[in-house]
Amino acid sequence: MTSKNDAMSTGMTDTLLDAQNVAKSFGAVRALTDASLTVRRGEVVALMGANGAGKSTFVKILTGAIRPDAGRVTIRGTEARVGSPAEARRSGLVPVYQEPSLIPDLDVADNLRLGDTDAETFRHWAAELSHPELRLDAMIRDLPLATLRIIDLARALASTPDVLLLDELTAALPTDLVERVLRVARQQAEDGRGVIYISHRFAEIAELCDRATVLRDGRSVGDLDIAPGIEDRVVEMMLGARIDLGQRAAETARPKPGGAPRLRVQNLAAAPKLTDASFELHPGEVLGVVALEGQGQDELFEVLAGMRKPAAGTVEIDGTPARFSHPADAIAAGLKFVPGNRAEALFRERSLRENIAMPFSARARSWGPLRLRHEKARVAEAVERLQIDTRAQGEVQRLSGGNQQKVTIGRWLAHGVETLLLFDPTRGIDVRTKRQIYPLVRELAEQGAAILYYTSELAEVPLACDRAVVIFNGRVVDIVEAVDATEERLMRAAYGLTSAEGAA
Amino acid sequence: MSFVRRNAWTLGLVALMVVLLGVTRLIQPNFGVSGLESLARAALPFAFATAAMAVVVIVGGIDLSVASMMAVCSVTAAVLMQTMGGVPAILITLAVGTLMGLINGVLIVVTRVPDIVVTLAMLFVWEGTALLILNTPGGTAAPFLREAIVGSVLIDGLPKALILMAIIVAVIWVPLKRSKLGLAIYATGSDENAAFRSGVAVGRTKAAAYAVCGLFSAFGGLSLLSLTGIGEPVPGPYLLAAVAAVVLGGVVLGGGIGGILGPIIAVFILRIIRTILTLAAVDPNVTTIVEGTIMVGVVMFGAFLMMRGRGPT
Repeated sequence: MTSKNDAMSTGMTDTLLDAQNVAKSFGAVRALTDASLTVRRGEVVALMGANGAGKSTFVKILTGAIRPDAGRVTIRGTEARVGSPAEARRSGLVPVYQEPSLIPDLDVADNLRLGDTDAETFRHWAAELSHPELRLDAMIRDLPLATLRIIDLARALASTPDVLLLDELTAALPTDLVERVLRVARQQAEDGRGVIYISHRFAEIAELCDRATVLRDGRSVGDLDIAPGIEDRVVEMMLGARIDLGQRAAETARPKPGGAPRLRVQNLAAAPKLTDASFELHPGEVLGVVALEGQGQDELFEVLAGMRKPAAGTVEIDGTPARFSHPADAIAAGLKFVPGNRAEALFRERSLRENIAMPFSARARSWGPLRLRHEKARVAEAVERLQIDTRAQGEVQRLSGGNQQKVTIGRWLAHGVETLLLFDPTRGIDVRTKRQIYPLVRELAEQGAAILYYTSELAEVPLACDRAVVIFNGRVVDIVEAVDATEERLMRAAYGLTSAEGAA
Repeated sequence: MSFVRRNAWTLGLVALMVVLLGVTRLIQPNFGVSGLESLARAALPFAFATAAMAVVVIVGGIDLSVASMMAVCSVTAAVLMQTMGGVPAILITLAVGTLMGLINGVLIVVTRVPDIVVTLAMLFVWEGTALLILNTPGGTAAPFLREAIVGSVLIDGLPKALILMAIIVAVIWVPLKRSKLGLAIYATGSDENAAFRSGVAVGRTKAAAYAVCGLFSAFGGLSLLSLTGIGEPVPGPYLLAAVAAVVLGGVVLGGGIGGILGPIIAVFILRIIRTILTLAAVDPNVTTIVEGTIMVGVVMFGAFLMMRGRGPT
C-alpha cells in the first residue's frame, strides 16, 4: 500500500492521458455522452462500468479505432489526433485486449516485425511473464489463448508505452498468470508510466489500482481512490442505486440429493487433456467445475455436448448409457450446452428472436413452416424471464455482452431445461448481469434441472453451486461442498494440492 | 517449424508435376524440348493471371476483373506499339495495369462494397474499355516481344518463356514478400481486425495488393500480345482458370495462407493434364470433367493430410 501512495504523491502533477467530455453516437444510440478519464504518471486507473455503460466505445476512442463526436483526448499534454490504432501507438498509448490482436497465420516473429517490436525486449518481457520457453517460430494459430495474451502483453510492453491499456486481460486466465500480469502492471506504474485497467474483478482492482473511474449510461459518474470496502460504492455508482451483494447459495450444507443421478460420468477420458473424470449430477443440483486453464474441462464439456467423442469411459443419462455422434443427439438427450465463447453460440447477424427460437426449429423433421405464434410466445417468455434488453434486437451482435450471454442461456429455457451445461457463463460480463445469472441458475435447479457449471472465477462457486468437482491435470481430484468452498481451498485443489481435510 | 512442413503443399505439387511429366513422356515418347517450350508458352498468360489472383486472395479479397484487365493491357500495348517503341509501350502498359488494379482496390476500400461485387462490376467496365481502345483484334507487337518467349536459353529444354516468367514474378514478389508491405498483406488476409489493431494500415495494404494484381495482369496482357502478335479486346478464359490454380496451389480462399510459387506450379499441372488428355485422345468435353475432378481431389487430399498432421501431438 505504501508504494502505491508514494507513486501517487510523486506523480500528482504529471498527467499522461487526459480525456475530457468525450461523446459519441451511433445513429440514434448515444453510446457516450460525457466520459472523462485522466491517468497520471505512476498510476494504475481502473475503468469500470456495467455492460452497456459505454466502456468499449470509450476504449475504442482512446485507442483510435473510432473518432469521438465531441470532447478531446490529450496524451502527454498534446492534443492526440488519434485516427487509427497505429497513431495511438505512436503517441504512446498501447492497448492489450481480451481477444489478442495477433495474426493467426503468421508466426510469433512475423507478428513482432509487423509492429516493429524488438525481439530481444520482447523475450525479456515474455520471460518476466513466465514464458521463457516461447519459440519465435511458433504459429499463432497453434498456441493456446493464455499464451497469446501473454505474447500480446509482452509485445505491448516491449514498445515501452507511456500508457498501457489492459482490457479484460485476466478473464479466463489461469491464476498464476493473473498474478504475474498484475505484478508487471504494477511495476509499469512504479517506473513512472500509466496503466488503464479494465476488469470486472474487484479483487484484482483492489490489489492493483490506485483509482477507479466509473462509467454509467455513457458518462463518468465517479472517480474515487481505491480503499478497503470500496466495492459497495463502486457497484452503487455503476448501477445508480444500491443493490444487494450476491448471496451465498449454500449457507448450510445442502444434503446430497438422493435417488438416481441425472448424469453419471465414469472414468471419462478424451484427447488430448481429459484422462479420468467421474462424478454424478443429480436433478436439483448445481455442480461446479473448477480447474485452471487447460486441465481437461474443455474436453469434458465437449464430450457431454456431443461435439467430441470420448476415448474411454461412460456417460449415463438417467441410468441409460449414452453416446453422442452429433450435438443434436446430446440436445435430444436433454444436455443443453452453453459455450464460454458467446460467438460460438450466436448467429450474430440474425435477430434476437431467431437466436432464441433456433433450437425449436433446428431438427430436420421440423423443417416445415415456422409456427410463428408459438415461437413468439416462447421467445417473449425467455426475454421476460432473463430480462434481456431488447432495444437492439434486430441483430444480436448489437446487444451488449451480458445480454448476448443471456440469449445463449435463454434459448434453452423455453423448452424446459433438464440438464444445462454452462461453461463459464459469466466470462467478461458485468456485475449486474452476473447477479441476475446466479439466482437464475439456482431457480432452474430448484425446478428440477441438473446444472453443470464451469467457472474460471472461484468466488462464484459458493454463490451458484451446491458443490464443485475440481479437475487437475485431466482428473477429478476433489469434490468440495459449497460451504467449504473458500477460494483458498479451491485454489489449492485446482493446483493439485489436495490436503488431508480435502477428503470430504 | 521445418522447411519441409512449411512448404509441404508446394513440394507435393512439384512431385505431382514431375509424375505428370513422366506420364506425358510415357504416353508420347517423343515429347521433348519443343513440347516443353510450347507448354511453357501456352502457360504464360495463365501463370500471370494466377499470380495476379494469388496476391489479392492472400490479402483476403478476390478480383474477378483479372481477365478483363489483361485484355485492356493487351490492346493498349498493341495500339501503342504501332506508333512508338516497344519499351516505352511496355512501361506505359504496366502503368495502366497497375492503375486499373489500384482503382479496383481503392473502390473496395473507400466504398466498402464487397470486393466480389466491385470487381464483378469492374469486369464489365474494363471489358468495355478494351473494346473502346480496339474494337476488333488488331494492332501490332514489337518483334522482340515475340522472340522473348520462343526457344530455350542456356541449355536445351529450359524454355525462355518459363525463365522470363520466373524472373518477372521473382523480381516483383520476392522483395514484396520480404517487406513490411508483404507482411501486412498476409496479416490483413489472416485477420483484418487483428491487423488493424496491430497498427497495420489495412486499407492501404489492400489497395496496394490490388495494384500488384493489376501489375501482374498487365504482364499477362503483354504475354497474350507476344503469343498472338495482335491485340485481342475480348477477355480469354483466364479468370476461372486463375481461381482454380490459386486454390490448387494451396492459397486459402479467405486469405492469409499460401504463396505464389504453389499456384504457378498448379498452372503447369493443369496445363500438363490437358496435354496428357489431348495426347491420349480423350474427348475434349471429358477433359474439363477430368480437370475439375482432379482439382477437387487434390484439394481434398491435401486438406486430409493437413488435418492428420495437425491432430494430437
